Amino acid sequence: MLLLQGNEACVEGALAAGLDFYAGYPITPSTEIAELLAAKLPRQGGSFIQMEDEISAMAAVIGASLTGAKTMTATSGPGFSLKQENLGYAMYTETPCVVVNVQRGGPSTGQPTMPSQGDVMQARWGTHGDHPVIALSPSSVEETFWLTIRAMNLSEKYRTPVILLMDEVVGHMRERIEIPQDIGEVINRKKPTGDPKDYLPFKPDADLVPPMASFGEGYRFHVTGLTHDESGFPSGSNKITGELIQRLHDKIDRNYADIVQVETEHMEDAEIAVVAYGSTARSASRAVKQAREQGIKAGLFRPITIWPFPAQELKSCLAGLKHVVVAEMNLGQLILEVERQVAGAVSVGGIMRADGELITPAQILAYLQEVK
Amino acid sequence: MSGEDKYLRSNRLPHILCPGCGHGIVMGAVVRAIEKAGLDQNKTVIVSGIGCSSRLPGYMDFDTLHTTHGRALAFATGIKFAKPELNVIVVTGDGDALAIGGNHFIHSCRRNIDITTIVLNNRIYGMTSGQFSPMTPQGHLATTAPFGNVDRDFDICELSKAAGATYVARSTAYHVAQLTDLVSKAIMNKGFSVVEAVSQCPTYYGRRNKMGSAVDMMNDQKASGVTAAAAAKLTPEQMVGKYVIGELHKAEAPEYTARYHSIVDSLKDKEMK
Repeated sequence: MLLLQGNEACVEGALAAGLDFYAGYPITPSTEIAELLAAKLPRQGGSFIQMEDEISAMAAVIGASLTGAKTMTATSGPGFSLKQENLGYAMYTETPCVVVNVQRGGPSTGQPTMPSQGDVMQARWGTHGDHPVIALSPSSVEETFWLTIRAMNLSEKYRTPVILLMDEVVGHMRERIEIPQDIGEVINRKKPTGDPKDYLPFKPDADLVPPMASFGEGYRFHVTGLTHDESGFPSGSNKITGELIQRLHDKIDRNYADIVQVETEHMEDAEIAVVAYGSTARSASRAVKQAREQGIKAGLFRPITIWPFPAQELKSCLAGLKHVVVAEMNLGQLILEVERQVAGAVSVGGIMRADGELITPAQILAYLQEVK
Repeated sequence: MSGEDKYLRSNRLPHILCPGCGHGIVMGAVVRAIEKAGLDQNKTVIVSGIGCSSRLPGYMDFDTLHTTHGRALAFATGIKFAKPELNVIVVTGDGDALAIGGNHFIHSCRRNIDITTIVLNNRIYGMTSGQFSPMTPQGHLATTAPFGNVDRDFDICELSKAAGATYVARSTAYHVAQLTDLVSKAIMNKGFSVVEAVSQCPTYYGRRNKMGSAVDMMNDQKASGVTAAAAAKLTPEQMVGKYVIGELHKAEAPEYTARYHSIVDSLKDKEMK
C-alpha cells in the first residue's frame, strides 16, 4: 500500500503500461509527472527529454512513437493550448500517444495552483478541423493509475492520441493506492505482416485501424499531416479527403462500446441525476448519499470517458428521471453535451463555479433539496 | 544504380516545384551525399516541416516525415532520441527553420543532437507565394513588404555556430558538387550539423526583385558565394551582398543521445554496486 498523489499514480500507470518515451515542459500543476519520469524512466530503459516548449514536446512524442515507442507528454492550462497543433497531427497521422492535461484555472495564465475543469471543450475541439477524440477523466488517485494504463492501451489499439483529462485536485491529492504486480492486458499496436514493398501505411483492416510499421524497419513509408491516401502520400481528391475524415471518426464511433466507461450510484430509481466527473464527482457522490438519507431520490452519473460522450448510457437512465444537474468547475461545458443528448426528455440544470474553489457536497445537496 | 535512382521515389515524380526552382538541385545533392556517406537506406529518416523545401522528403525513398510548420527538428529530436541508431536528416526552409521554427533550431544546436539539418534558403516564403522571411535582405520586396523589407536578415551559419552546432557549412544550388561534399561531411559529423543551401526562387522572389531568370539567379550564386580565402582578400564594402561558402565551423562536443545513455549506463553500474 502506498500513499501517492494523482500525478505520481499517473507515472506509475504509464510505467506499468510500458512507457518508453516522455517529452515534456515544466508547468504547474503537472510538473511532478515530468520530475518523476526524469528519474524513473531511464532506469526502465526508457528516455526522458525536457524540450524547449510544449509544442516541441508534443512533436518529439509523435516522432518517438513513429519509431515504435510508447509515448506520453503531460501539461496543464496554457501548455495544453500549445499541444493542440501537433495533437491534430497525431490524430490525422494516426500516431499513438497519451497527452495528460492536469487542468488548472484559466483562461490564459489564470490560476496555476487552483483546480478547474475548464478544458473539457478544448479537449474535444481544441485542434482545428473535424476530428474524433478520446478523453478520460479520473476521479481518484487509484483511478488515475488505471486510466493512464487504459489511455495507453486505447491509444495503441486505435492508433490515436488519447487525452487523460485530470484536474488539479486529482493530480495533487494523496490517497492510498495498491499497485498490483499484474495490471492485466497491455495492448501493443498492430504491426504489418506482408512484404514491406506492398505496405500501405494507411490502409485500414476491417476494424478501421491500419497496421503500423515503425521507422527503421525497412518499410520506407511516408507520413504527412496533409490529407493522404492509403499510401500515405498527399492527395487533392475530395473523395479521399471525405473518406479519410469519415474513417477516422468511424474508427472511434464504431468502437464506442469498447471506449466508453461510466460509473453510476443509486441511478436505478433516481428522480434527479447528478452528472459529474473528475474530482467534482467525489463531492457529487457525497451529496447524493446525503440526499438519499434525507429521502431525496438522487443518483450519480459519472462519465469516466468524457469523449466520446457516454450518450447511450445517459439515455438509458432517463426513465423515471425528472431532472438532470451537471456539476462542473467551469461556467458550463459538459452541460452543453448533456443538454444536446437529453433535449426535450428531461430538464437540465447546472452547478458551476470557475473561481478556483471546489464544488462542495453542501452546494450540490442544497441544489438537490431545492429541486426535489 | 546511381544515387538518384536508388534514393528517389521515381513514381512520385515530377515534383510540384516551379520551373527554375533550385530545390530539386539541392535534393539531388542530398541523396548523392547520403550515398557518399554510405548510410543504410532502411535506417535513415528524412524529416521536414512546411513549405516548398519541406515537400522534398515525399520524393526521397526513405522513411519520411512531413510534419507541421517549423517543428521538423522537434519531431526529428523525438525520432533520434527514441532510436539513436537511425540516421536523421532534416530538410527545411528559411522561414520554416528560422521564423516559426527558430526556437527549435537554436535548441537543437544547443543540445548537439546527432541530426543533420539542410536549410534551403531561397530568402522567401514560396509556398504562400512570396512573403518576406527572416532571410529576406533588408530593402528587398515581398508581398508583405511592398515598400521594401524593414526587417534585418539572419546569418544562419553564425547563428548555428553561436547556438552550439558542431558542424556548419554553406553552399549554393550553383556549387552543387561542393554542396554534396559538405552535406556528406555534415552527415558524418556525430552531432548537430547545419548546411545552409542557398537556392533560387525565380517565381516569387527573383521576379519581384528583378533578379532575372533562374539562370541569372544561379549566376548570382556563382558570383556571391566566395571561399573564405577569397573573402579574406576583400574589404567589408566589397563583401556586401556576398557570403562565404564552404566549411565554416567544426567543433568537438558531447553528442546528446550518447551523453544521455552514458549517464543512464553509469547509473545502472552504480546501482548494481
